[in-house]
Amino acid sequence: MRRRLMAAAVAASGLVAAACGGSTTPTAPAAPITIGVSVSQTGDFSGDGKALIQGYDLWAQDENAKGGLLGHKITMKYVDDASSTQQVVTNYQNLITLDKVALVFGPFSSLLTIPASTVVARYNYAFPEPAGGGPHVFDRGLTNIFFVQPAAVEDNLVSYAQWLLSLPADQRPASAAYATQDDPFTQPQVDKAKSLLEAGGIKTAYYKVYPAETTDFTPIALQVANSKADAVILGTQLPDAVAFAKTFIQQQFNPKTIIETTGPDQGADYSGKLGANTEGIMVPAGWTADATAYGNDKFVSAFIAKYGGTSADISADAAEAYSVGQVVDEAATKAGSIDNAKLITTLHSGTYQTVQGPMSFDATGKPQGGVGVYIEQWQGGKAIFVYPASVAAAKPEYPKNTWK
Amino acid sequence: MTLVLEAAVLGVLTGGVYALMASGLTLIFGVMRIINVGHGALVVLGAYLSFAASRSLGMDPFVTLVITMPVMFVLGLVLQSVFIRPLKTDREALSVLVTYALALGIEGLLGYFFTANYVQLKAWYDTASFPIGDFRVTYVYVFGFLLCLAILGVMFLVLYHTTFGASIRATMLNRTAAQLIGIDVDRVSAVAFGIGMATAAAGGVVFGITTAFNPGSHYDLISRLLTIIVLGGLGSLRGAIVAALIMLVSEDITAVVISPVWASFVFFVILVLVLLFRPQGLYGVRVRERI
Repeated sequence: MRRRLMAAAVAASGLVAAACGGSTTPTAPAAPITIGVSVSQTGDFSGDGKALIQGYDLWAQDENAKGGLLGHKITMKYVDDASSTQQVVTNYQNLITLDKVALVFGPFSSLLTIPASTVVARYNYAFPEPAGGGPHVFDRGLTNIFFVQPAAVEDNLVSYAQWLLSLPADQRPASAAYATQDDPFTQPQVDKAKSLLEAGGIKTAYYKVYPAETTDFTPIALQVANSKADAVILGTQLPDAVAFAKTFIQQQFNPKTIIETTGPDQGADYSGKLGANTEGIMVPAGWTADATAYGNDKFVSAFIAKYGGTSADISADAAEAYSVGQVVDEAATKAGSIDNAKLITTLHSGTYQTVQGPMSFDATGKPQGGVGVYIEQWQGGKAIFVYPASVAAAKPEYPKNTWK
Repeated sequence: MTLVLEAAVLGVLTGGVYALMASGLTLIFGVMRIINVGHGALVVLGAYLSFAASRSLGMDPFVTLVITMPVMFVLGLVLQSVFIRPLKTDREALSVLVTYALALGIEGLLGYFFTANYVQLKAWYDTASFPIGDFRVTYVYVFGFLLCLAILGVMFLVLYHTTFGASIRATMLNRTAAQLIGIDVDRVSAVAFGIGMATAAAGGVVFGITTAFNPGSHYDLISRLLTIIVLGGLGSLRGAIVAALIMLVSEDITAVVISPVWASFVFFVILVLVLLFRPQGLYGVRVRERI
């Protein structure tokens, strides 16, 4: 009886101390954690891989400067996947089982995200990822994926199609030519734009899908030029984006509007190859250095301070990677934990602020109710938002100027 | 019809560039009996050297060859001495591993010095073109084709009209017999490797003007170059030229007439058909070995 009373007294005193916040021993700092990422440092996606590392590293640096992720100091661990769908699987398997990383972030492209997400799901890890938004990423019943971009990939060109169809009938393009890589990132968005424009009465003058391994794009570009279409819609990565534009210049083919899915959003990496001829070329973009989204000004200035250059040199890939970190930080704070199961549950509800704007996710990890993807256009040596009017820094240049 | 003709002209012009890149690869195989899977990386290295010279010295990309070809030649002598010459047995199999390691090393070094960003050589003629009938031909492809003719012409002159060329051909025919008649096959091999690398530099400059490239661009290149020399016949310079033209013309015409998806397939159909009837390739020599 006496022992029971003593125990009750001790418990009560403990409760009182806790209620008053009165602990005299200092709290031990949370243990450092490692976040693992498979990044393409070699192979086709190595340019994008480098930008992802820049974005992730900058986020980790900012996070550590404010005390870490819920107090856990962060170390990023990158493993090269050589842009290979086999290697990316091995990498995540090793990161989780051998390196025992606390969290994993996504690689570049839908092509790599799809096989990687399967193995990550097997270990019940959350898989926030910056660059895998193709339809097949979301249709496999996985609940651990969170695609941190303003819209699913297939909707990337919806704004562009809406803009073209909003033009007065006498100015609207009469025909459009489409060429795209057979890549899960590029083809779905080009196909959706095609169906919207055809439904809006814009005739298809040319449509071709080419293998992602293609190295000589000139014959396809010649056919696009030969179609004499008013609008040219291209599903590209950086090398073919440049190659198409160069062939059009060589052939003196001047459509009224050109949009490329990737390439023109790569800052100086793109403009350095085309010079003044970037003028008027468009790209769908969820992020720009001038956007007023949450923390974007700080991100841009910190990026320039860390890596040098100007805001035009910042790749959208880096901003997307940085956003992954922001989303995880907010989810961890909300859940009060960095436990993967809790993060997965938490991320399926609520809205998260990023440098790309606010973001939320449905049950499959597809972004919901975000700001959508804007249209960016090169004007005066800089890529700026031109549509929709609510975010536009200038009016779209239409028809596009002739090549210089 | 115009488009088909345009594709055929383009195929011939770009085929010349691939012939230039493949010529070094086939020469190296012919003389040394090694499969240099690092040749694509050497082309990319040549492109980067031209890029660096062009950027830092403000030189025209083609003029940079005055620097890059000798540099690559000397580098070839060194690489051959250090990595290839020590391979005394099972050369063909071991050379694949050694040259692949070489390619990865070059890719890593290029990534360190130039980053993984795509770059491209710039010149006034990279987007300039002139009309021929209903279509326009780009200067850079014409210049590239002329460069190919000039360099391959010099290679033929050296091979067929000099004593050293005779040594190379003798080594290509029979390495052991060449040794027996007093030819220093190690020296011939080193020079052949150097020449192969110098031609890679020349091919690299045209590749670098027409294509955005990064250190990883060699993977796509080497697969194409290897198929060219297999079709042409391993070790045959003439075969490499003809096969490169067949590859590029057939692919470009298929891309515009049928679809880009079928472009490589059509070329591989041609390759398989040729190998069925001529396993040694178009101009290769049939070798019978005792095993």
